[in-house]
Amino acid sequence: MHLRKIVLLSSAGWIAGTSLAFSQGQTLTIATVNNADMIIMQRLAPKWEQATGNKLNWVVLEENVLRQRATTDIATKGGQFDIITIGSYEAPIWGKQNWLLPVDDLGADYDYADIIPSVRNGLSFNGKLYAVPFYAESSFTFYRKDLFDQAGIKMPDKPTYDQIAEYAAKLTDKSKEQYGFCQRGKPGWGENMAFIGPMVNAFGGRWFNEKWEPQLTTEPWKNAVNYYVKNMREYGPPGATANGHNENRALFATGHCAMWVDATSAAGYIYNPKESQVADKTAFTAAPMQVTSNGSGWFWAWSLGIPASTKKADAAKSFVKWATSKEYVTLVGNEAGWVAAPPGTRKSTYDNPEYQKAAPFAKVVYDSIVNADLTKPTKDPVPYIGIQYVAIPEFQGIGTAVGQQIAAALAGQSTVEQALETAQRSTERTMKQAGYPK
Amino acid sequence: MHPKTRGKLVLTVVGWLAAGLIFFPIFWMVLTSFKTEVEAVATPPKLFFTPTLENYITVRERADYVHFALNSMIISVGATLLATLIAVPAAYAMAFFPGKRTKDLLLWMLSTKMMPAVGVLIPIYLLFRDTGAIDTRWGLIVVYTLMNLPIVVWMLYTFFKEVPKDILEAGRMDGAKPKQEVWMLLLPLSLPGIASTALLSIILCWNEAFWSLNLTTSEAAPLTTFIASFSAPEGLFWAKLSAASTIAIAPILVFGWMSQRQLVRGLTFGAVK
Repeated sequence: MHLRKIVLLSSAGWIAGTSLAFSQGQTLTIATVNNADMIIMQRLAPKWEQATGNKLNWVVLEENVLRQRATTDIATKGGQFDIITIGSYEAPIWGKQNWLLPVDDLGADYDYADIIPSVRNGLSFNGKLYAVPFYAESSFTFYRKDLFDQAGIKMPDKPTYDQIAEYAAKLTDKSKEQYGFCQRGKPGWGENMAFIGPMVNAFGGRWFNEKWEPQLTTEPWKNAVNYYVKNMREYGPPGATANGHNENRALFATGHCAMWVDATSAAGYIYNPKESQVADKTAFTAAPMQVTSNGSGWFWAWSLGIPASTKKADAAKSFVKWATSKEYVTLVGNEAGWVAAPPGTRKSTYDNPEYQKAAPFAKVVYDSIVNADLTKPTKDPVPYIGIQYVAIPEFQGIGTAVGQQIAAALAGQSTVEQALETAQRSTERTMKQAGYPK
Repeated sequence: MHPKTRGKLVLTVVGWLAAGLIFFPIFWMVLTSFKTEVEAVATPPKLFFTPTLENYITVRERADYVHFALNSMIISVGATLLATLIAVPAAYAMAFFPGKRTKDLLLWMLSTKMMPAVGVLIPIYLLFRDTGAIDTRWGLIVVYTLMNLPIVVWMLYTFFKEVPKDILEAGRMDGAKPKQEVWMLLLPLSLPGIASTALLSIILCWNEAFWSLNLTTSEAAPLTTFIASFSAPEGLFWAKLSAASTIAIAPILVFGWMSQRQLVRGLTFGAVK
C-alpha cells in the first residue's frame, strides 16, 4: 500500500512537472476505440485532468466508423478532434499528407529510445514520428496445451504451416465441436486479410513487385490460399466466413479451438479466467512460417496522433506524452494489475519483473514484435512498408476486395484460382487508376 | 371443428408466429444484456442463466446516458415539428390545388430518398464546417428535417386526400380564409394521420445513425453514437452492447407502446369509406 502511494504521488508530481509548461484549462476532444486498454486510459485520464487543469471529451467509436469519421474531419480540416486514435497503417499515410503534427518533440524525459524500434519505424514517415504508440501487437499461435499433451504432440518454437495442418488434422473432432484450425474468414482488409497477408508472406509471396505490379496470381499466393481454403474447410469451425477476431476469440475462449493464429494482445484475455474457460490450458508459440519467416507475424500499433487542424496542440501533446509514457505503464500496472499494462510499445515494460511475472506470454510477444520488421516484410524485395497491409491509401479498398474474393472461395462460390484471377484484375485496375507505378 | 373457428385459429397462430418472429431479436437483446460476456457468446446459446446487472452498471459508469437521451429527444422532436410545419402547407396545396406536375413533383421528392446518404457526406460536412453546425443540435435537426420531409409530405398528402373537399368548401362558403380552413377544419379532421406521421418521423430520427455518427462528436451526440461506442474491434462486447441498446430503445419503445392506438388509427385512417 505504502509503495502504491509513493508511486501515485511521484507520478502525480511527474504529471504536474511535465505539464506546467503547457497551457491550462482547455477542453480537448479525443476520439478512440472501445478496446480494453483504451477503457483503462479513459478511467485513469482524470489524473491527468486534475494535474493539468485541462478537460477531455471522449468520443468512442467502432474502429471502421472512427476511421471514416476521422478521415472526413481531417481531410476537410473540420477541426473536431484534438487527439485521435489511429493504427500503424494510417500514421505514415496521414503524416505524408501533413494531416498530423510530428510528435518527436515531447522532451528528453519521454525516452524515445525506450520505444521498440519496429514500432517507432511503423509510425514514422521520412524519419519523422507522426503518432506515439499506445499499445502494439504482432500475431502468434495460441494452442491448447492439454489437447497437444493428450495427442502426444510437442509444439515447436517456430512451427511451419505444414506442421500446423498436420496437428489440425489430429486435433479436429467435429463430434465434440472441437476444431484444429480456427482462423479469420470474415472478409475485410483488417479481418481475413490480416491473417492471410502474413501467411502469404510466409509462403514467399508479396502484394506487389518492385514495379508496383500486383502479384496475386503467382505460385506463393496460389499455394497459400489453397492451403487456407483446404484447412479451413476440413479443420475449421462451420460458417467460418462470418468469423473475425472476436468470433474466433469467443470460440477459443469457450474451448472449441485447438489452434488459433491471431493478435498477441488477445493473450491477456485468454489468460483471464473471467473471460476464458481455457485460461490454464493455453500456451503460445510464434506465428507459423513456411518458406520464410519474414513477415509471418503481423504488426499493428494503436497510437495517438494529433491532427494538424487542432488549435490546442500543446495540451494535446501533454496528454499523448502522459498516456504513452513509461510512468503511465507503471500507473496501469499498479491500478489495474500488471497483466493489463499496455503491451508491445516500450522495452522497459518487458524488463519489468512484475510484468514478466504477471504476463507469462511476455517474452513470446516481445520477440514477435521485435521481429516484425515492416521494412522487410517479404522474402523478395518490395517497394512498400507494412506486413499485413501495404501503407498506401488505396490498400483499404484493395485489401477488402481481395478479402471478399477469398471469402467467396472459402464459401465454395468460386475456385481459389478464379478468386485470385478476379482479385488480380481488380487490383491492377485500382493501381492503374491511382497512377502506379509512381 | 367448425371451418370458421378453424380458420380463426390458424389466423391467430400465424399472427402470434409473426409477432414472435418480429419481437425475437428485441427479446434476445434484452436477455443478453443480463448475461456475462462469456455467456453472451456461448454456443449453444444459453436461455437459462443467473442474471447480472453488471453490464448496466458498466454502461452507466462509462457514458452519460441522460446527456445522449436528452439529445435524442430534442433532435427527434425538433426535426419532426419543423418537418410537419413545412409539410402541412405543401401537402395542403398538393392535395387540394393540384397542378399539372404535382404527381411528378411528389415522385421527385420521394426519389431523393433513393440516394445513398454517403454520396453527399463531404458537401454536407463542408457546409456544416463553414456554418459552425458540426456537433450542434440545430445542425442535426436541419438534416433530419430535410431527410424526413419527403416521407412526411407524402403521408400528409395521402391523409389530406381522404378529407372530403366539400367540407373545406363549405367552410370557405362560410367565409373561412385559407389559414382558418387549414387550422380549424383540415387539421382537426386529419389529426390521427398527422399524429401517426409525426410518430413515424420521430422513430426514424431516433434510429438514424449515419448522420449522427458523422456530424456529431460529443455535445450533440444522440443515443445512436452512445450505442456505437460499445462496439469493439477487439474483445467481447455483446452483453454490454445489448445493455446499451436496451436502454437506448427503451424510451421510444415505451412512447410507441403508449401511442399505438393513435398509430394504428392513423395508419388505417380512411381505409374504409
